[in-house]
Parts: sequence; C-alpha cells; structure tokens
Amino acid sequence: MKLYDKIFRPTVYTLPNGKSVEKKASRAPFYALIVLIMCAVSVKITGFDMKILVTRIGQFFVIFQRMIPPKKEIMSAVWEPLFDTVKMSLIGSLVGSLLSVPFAMLASTNVCKNRVVVSIVRLMFSIVRTLPTIVTALIATLFFGLGTLAGTIAIAVFSFAYIGKLTYEEIETVDMGSFEAMEAMGSTKTRAFITAIIPQVLPFFLSNCLFNFEGNVRYAAILGYVGAGGIGILLNERMSLKDYSSVGMMLISLLITVFIIESISRYFRKKLV
Amino acid sequence: MNKRIEEAYAKRPKNWVYNTVLAVITIGLIIWSAGVVETSGSTAGGGQIARNVLKGLFTPDLKFLFDFSTSGVPYLMLETLCIAFLGTIVGAIISVPLAFISASTLAPKPIAFIGRMLIMAIRTVPNFIYALAFIRVSGPGPFAGLLTMGVCSVGMVSKMYIEAIEDLDVHVVESLDAAGCNSWQKIRYGILPQLMPNFASTAIYRFDINLRDATILGMVGAGGFGAPLIFAMNGYRWNEAGAILAGLIVLILIIEFISTKIRVKLTRG
Repeated sequence: MKLYDKIFRPTVYTLPNGKSVEKKASRAPFYALIVLIMCAVSVKITGFDMKILVTRIGQFFVIFQRMIPPKKEIMSAVWEPLFDTVKMSLIGSLVGSLLSVPFAMLASTNVCKNRVVVSIVRLMFSIVRTLPTIVTALIATLFFGLGTLAGTIAIAVFSFAYIGKLTYEEIETVDMGSFEAMEAMGSTKTRAFITAIIPQVLPFFLSNCLFNFEGNVRYAAILGYVGAGGIGILLNERMSLKDYSSVGMMLISLLITVFIIESISRYFRKKLV
Repeated sequence: MNKRIEEAYAKRPKNWVYNTVLAVITIGLIIWSAGVVETSGSTAGGGQIARNVLKGLFTPDLKFLFDFSTSGVPYLMLETLCIAFLGTIVGAIISVPLAFISASTLAPKPIAFIGRMLIMAIRTVPNFIYALAFIRVSGPGPFAGLLTMGVCSVGMVSKMYIEAIEDLDVHVVESLDAAGCNSWQKIRYGILPQLMPNFASTAIYRFDINLRDATILGMVGAGGFGAPLIFAMNGYRWNEAGAILAGLIVLILIIEFISTKIRVKLTRG
C-alpha cells in the first residue's frame, strides 16, 4: 500500500492557518481493478457467455412452469420424509451443539490457559467446518447404511463445528470477574464455568442453536441426494422421473415447513437476545 | 436494606408455568425425533470400511494432488474458486434491487411482504433443483454451476442486505438535504458510504459459503470438484477422494483467512 501511495500522490490541502493536510488517493480504482481481473479470469475458466444466457434463459423456467399445478395426491407419501427431515435436523443440531460445548470451553483463551490445547481445538473446529456436509453424509452412509441416521450424523458434525466456533467466540467476550471470584473462593474450574460463565453465554448459545436448526432444515432437504434420508431422496427420485408436478408439491410443503419453523425460531430468538 | 432486597426477590417474575410448558414441548419434540436414530441400516463390516476410508483420507494420492494439468486437483480448485467467485458476484448484483423493494423502511408494506416471501421461496428450493434447471439452459459444466451459485446466493445475501438497508441512518441524508444536496449527491455521500462496507462484507461471507456448497453442484454435473469427488468415493478410491478433500480444506482455510482479514478491515474502516 505504501507503493500505491508513492505512485498516486496524495493531494495536499493547505489550511488557512498555514498547516497542510494530506488526503490519500482513493484506493477504490485499485480494488476495482483486482475484482475486474478476477472476474475476467473466472469468465474465461467457467465459460460464462451472456449470449447463451439471454437467448436460452427461458429454458430455466420450463421446469418451474411444469411444477404448476402441483400434484396434491403425492402429499400422502410426502408427510413421512418431510417429518424425517425435521427430525433429522432437530436431533442432529441438538447432539452437535451439546457436544461442542466442552470443546468450545477448551478453545477459549480465557478459560483454558494452555495455548497449545487452544490452538489444537481451534484447528480441529476449522477443519471440521471445511468438510462439506454432503461429503460427511456420504461417508456416514457407508458406515451406517442408507437412511436417516447417516443424515443426522452429518448434521451433527456440521452443527458441532458451527456452534463450537460461535460459542468459543462468545465465551471469550464474557466478563471474567465472577469466574475469578468463584475460583478464588475455592471452586473447581468446571463449577465456576457452570455458575459464572454459562448464564452469560446461554442466551446467545440458545439463539445460535435455533438459528443453526433453522438452516439445517434446509440442508437436510439436500442430504437425501446421497441417500442420507429425508425429503431429498423423494425429491431426487421425482426429479429424475421428470415428475415435476410432484416436485412442485414437495417444494410447497417444504416452504411451508421452513416458514413455520423460521417464524417460531425468530420469535424465540427475539425473546432471548 | 436487607428487607427491601428480600421483598424485591419475593416479587421476582415467576413464569414457571411457561418454562415447564416449554421444557415439556422441547423434550416431547426430542423424543418424537429420536425415531430417526435407527441402527438397523448399519453394515456389518462397518469397522473394516471405516479403516479403509480413514486410511485413504489420511494418505491422499499425492500425484493427483500436485497434478497441474486440467485434470489435477489444483485446476479443479481453481475452477471451483471461479464458479464461486462469479456466482457470488451475480448473486450480489441480483440481490440489490430485490433488497431495496423488500426493505420495510423504504417500500410500501405489501410490496415488502411479497419481496420477503419471494426471497424465502428462492432460499428454500434445494440447490440441486436449480442446477438441473440451469443445465437445461447452458448444458452441463461450470457455466451452469455459476448460475446456480448466483441464484442460491440471492436468498441469504438479500436477507442481509435488507437488514443493512433498514439500519440505515437517515439523519445523514436529512442533513445533506438541509445543506442543499441534490438526490445524486445524497446517494453518493449519504447512503453509499453506509451501505458499501456492509454489502461487500456480506458478499465476501457468502463467497466462503459458496466454496463449501460447490460440492453438490458437481454431483449433478455443474462443474467444480464435486463430480470427481463423488466418482472417487463411489469407486472406493479413497486416496483420490482424500487428495480432493485435502485440496479443498487448504483452499477454504486460505480463503477464510483472507476474507476474515478483509471483513475486519471493512467493519473497522
């Protein structure tokens, strides 16, 4: 950035009292140039073509048009996988969030003073978080067979890493006074954590858990693509049979489910924070 | 003094009925959901499979990992990166008008409501359905992938844009108005400086997520590392899958590091 300032000289203003102030040249053109170069490279590699997009965009809506009118008869077969999707995300989020708490404790610098442990646990959280959920689900189907258990485990693994990260960041910002007071009075670290830190972190933790659950319902709908249970299996099957009106009905039912869950979760999150 | 504290303590809100009902509902939901944990599907050779999988994942195929031709891991990662980058930009651009019509502080209530419902509908459709729809437009390949990424990003990005727009400090605009600025100047000096850092930060955050979500796109044939990954996994070539995953983990960690830096800079100014 120093080089940049050398090439594009800052404008100098002289104030009425004789002092001079510098206004650095705007960095916007520089950043814009970087973004443009990246765009150009990406366009070349992905084969982005505006002409195809404009002339053939109508094709995109063909599938969605065929979904109307949605086939209502399919609903009797949809209920079970739909509820499975919700159940998978509920149990998965619950298990993942609960498991993440002890690790989040170890990953926060104010509770765990051992630098090595902190960095190891954090690295583990980062690596687990990079694993795409769909890959975890696929591996889980090999271990536990096709079905809802594999999906539940994939969701639990994702929630573990996601909630874990948010929780340790939250723990690091709490007021440590009461924790130190508890320790000075002779209580163990765990006891002090339960009485002094948990009440401060709990509302945020619960709010994050609800938010995570909300997002996981959407994710769980995809996991069926690799056979890990839920409505995705049915969606994928009907998609490949080109039975779009059934797909339309499933999407509507999923939309309503997500809407209900989101409204409830938003209500409680507003109350919590 | 002590008495007053005791009195105040005795008057503390007692909502144990509400709490018990909530607890009962929560526990009920958990018991209801426990049915999904069925172990009947577990394969007998689970342990053996696990050993093979882990062995493959931790001994990645190094030749594949450092193959710099168009079939190696580095090129796959570059392709994924490009899909995610351009997809995020497409999504971020589509989101801007959508967010402005759905912001309840700017648009009339009914229009804002319709906008929000539209955004939620876009968010809920699973991304492989978009990918299959876009494959009809452009044929299989990274082009379809980036269009899918664009549409998938719209949901979350526009939701966060709406929040940024609703949090806009209108006093700045009012004082610019009082100083005699025209509409263009009000937007340039009053609104853009407030929105730009937020918008850029959201887009960068979404870029992170898009990189991870790119897996599913490959599975339906829309480019990126997903297709080779799923072929390797279905063919039990675990060291190949390990190589792709290793590449992905390194890529995501690097991108996350850079994007966190940029976002911190954006929020602190």
